[in-house]
Amino acid sequence: MGRPRPRSFRRRLVQAAVSIGTNAYLPGFAKGTVYGGGLKAACAPGLNCYACPGAVLSCPIGALQTQAASAAPHIPYYLIGFFLVAGGVLGRFVCGFLCPFGLVQELLHKIPFARKLGTFRGDRPLRALKYVILALFVVLLPLCVDNAAGGGQPWFCEWICPAGTLEGGVPLTLGVPALRRAIGFLFAWKMGILVALALLSAVLYRPFCRYLCPLGAIYALFNRVALLRYRVDEAACTGCGSCAEGCPMALDPRREPNHPECVRCGRCTGLCPTGALSLQGAKPFGPGSTRPPS
Amino acid sequence: MIRGRRFVFSLVLIAGGVCLLALGAAQGQAAEVMQKAVRVCLECIGIG
Repeated sequence: MGRPRPRSFRRRLVQAAVSIGTNAYLPGFAKGTVYGGGLKAACAPGLNCYACPGAVLSCPIGALQTQAASAAPHIPYYLIGFFLVAGGVLGRFVCGFLCPFGLVQELLHKIPFARKLGTFRGDRPLRALKYVILALFVVLLPLCVDNAAGGGQPWFCEWICPAGTLEGGVPLTLGVPALRRAIGFLFAWKMGILVALALLSAVLYRPFCRYLCPLGAIYALFNRVALLRYRVDEAACTGCGSCAEGCPMALDPRREPNHPECVRCGRCTGLCPTGALSLQGAKPFGPGSTRPPS
Repeated sequence: MIRGRRFVFSLVLIAGGVCLLALGAAQGQAAEVMQKAVRVCLECIGIG
């Protein structure tokens, strides 16, 4: 019998399986096309560009912008329902386990660098930027600024999204000469964002998730109420601070285990020497509850 | 008690989400999502 695999390894396996599974349409890479089957009516929980040649599911942020940019805008019940279900069950466990672009940033963060940054002056206020991007680039601009055809533009996809550049832009422009010839300022701008975030990822843990991701901003709203969340057993906690010291998002899980900024990497639960910090599943009255099970 | 209430709140959220998903799908919104996703999105890839 071998030693049990550490939690971080199991999480990495899930991340890899989800990233490969949601981009499993291999003919798309060979032909320079995108998957056109019925699965694309469903959204992937994480940020995964539907213009990726391998993508078999839709991007929820891309879909939300499309509905906001429609020539006849309507309340996007389908997407609101999707966010309520995914967020209500998982919260930001989506970010930690199911987001391909999150995995890319984590792998880049493994590149050795003289000094890794945990937090810095201005880090906290900058984290609010993702809510501004959600409101402005995903909802308001697509809804309010019309193009010549009477509809709006997907502003976030067009001007910011590095996942679209990496998963869609790079493989399609490499594989399709006509697209390569159409490259201009916009592509250079988006490549600049992608390269800047890649470099920053080597120094700072998940910079895109911290400051820019509108999908993370949506799931952050659910972290405190999601079925899957962390709990602290006050009786077992010795206050050693190992969890806060090891948190890559520079949070204090002991004080606030379900902080909106927590991407559920699980490092704190592995570091806790007494096991006081743990995952509370769908058990409403588990250990530590003030109400006994009936 | 608080934890129990939170659990119920989570369930209500999720149940509401399922209802909205079904309502949106019935109104053809899933098909709208698909229509956009099955074509190469030029904006997404930075061609404009």
